[in-house]
Amino acid sequence: MTVNELITKLDLEVLSLEDGEREITGGYTGDLLSWVMGRAESGDMWVTIMTNINVIAVAALADTACVVIAENAEISDDVVAKAKAQGINLLRTPMSAYKVCNEQILL
Amino acid sequence: MSEPIRFHFDVDGENFSSAGEASVQVKRMLRQIGIPPEVIRRVSVAMYEGEINMVIHANGGDADVVVEPGKVTIILKDTGPGIADIDLAMQEGYSTAPENVRSLGFGAGMGLPNMKRYTDDMQIESTVGVGTTVTMTVLF
Repeated sequence: MTVNELITKLDLEVLSLEDGEREITGGYTGDLLSWVMGRAESGDMWVTIMTNINVIAVAALADTACVVIAENAEISDDVVAKAKAQGINLLRTPMSAYKVCNEQILL
Repeated sequence: MSEPIRFHFDVDGENFSSAGEASVQVKRMLRQIGIPPEVIRRVSVAMYEGEINMVIHANGGDADVVVEPGKVTIILKDTGPGIADIDLAMQEGYSTAPENVRSLGFGAGMGLPNMKRYTDDMQIESTVGVGTTVTMTVLF
């Protein structure tokens, strides 16, 4: 499944979309950034409620396919701008992290 | 690529938001010189964890990256408080990070274990009150 397909099927809000054709090969959810860096794999859909600027660095370095911000967590313009500058696919949804993962697995 | 390629960065200890800049730059440079993606991921995650540690604990420091055929070496040097008990610091979940850092999603006690996990070799030299030098090697 590509990031574009995920956006359409789960009706996600697009905050930054730099590579919509990136293939999603797995998933990970978590808010502790070092935990995510240690465990998330390249190509994962990363679901989190954490929205500080370090999230963008973690997504870039761990090479996740996209970041999905759950629960419509508030995110600053600076962070969105950073995502665009670093080519990170950044999405948002009112769904909980649990619900996002559940829906994605059912696709 | 016969001569080693060297990168040097000053890690700013004052600015938590910009922590990771050096790692992201290294990632970009390694991509440009054709290093395999999984190697880049290992190097940049390990370096980022080290950078974060220097910002949290040591008010910044120096980061050097040396790229040779089949090998990337990352050297992180600070003049922070040092690590009294390295074995304890290496345990997953052990952290001395302050609360403000934890609220950003760091300080889970995973930094050093992640650095070890993602590299083929990691050496820590530390003297309390003098500083810490971490040398990591990724082979490919």
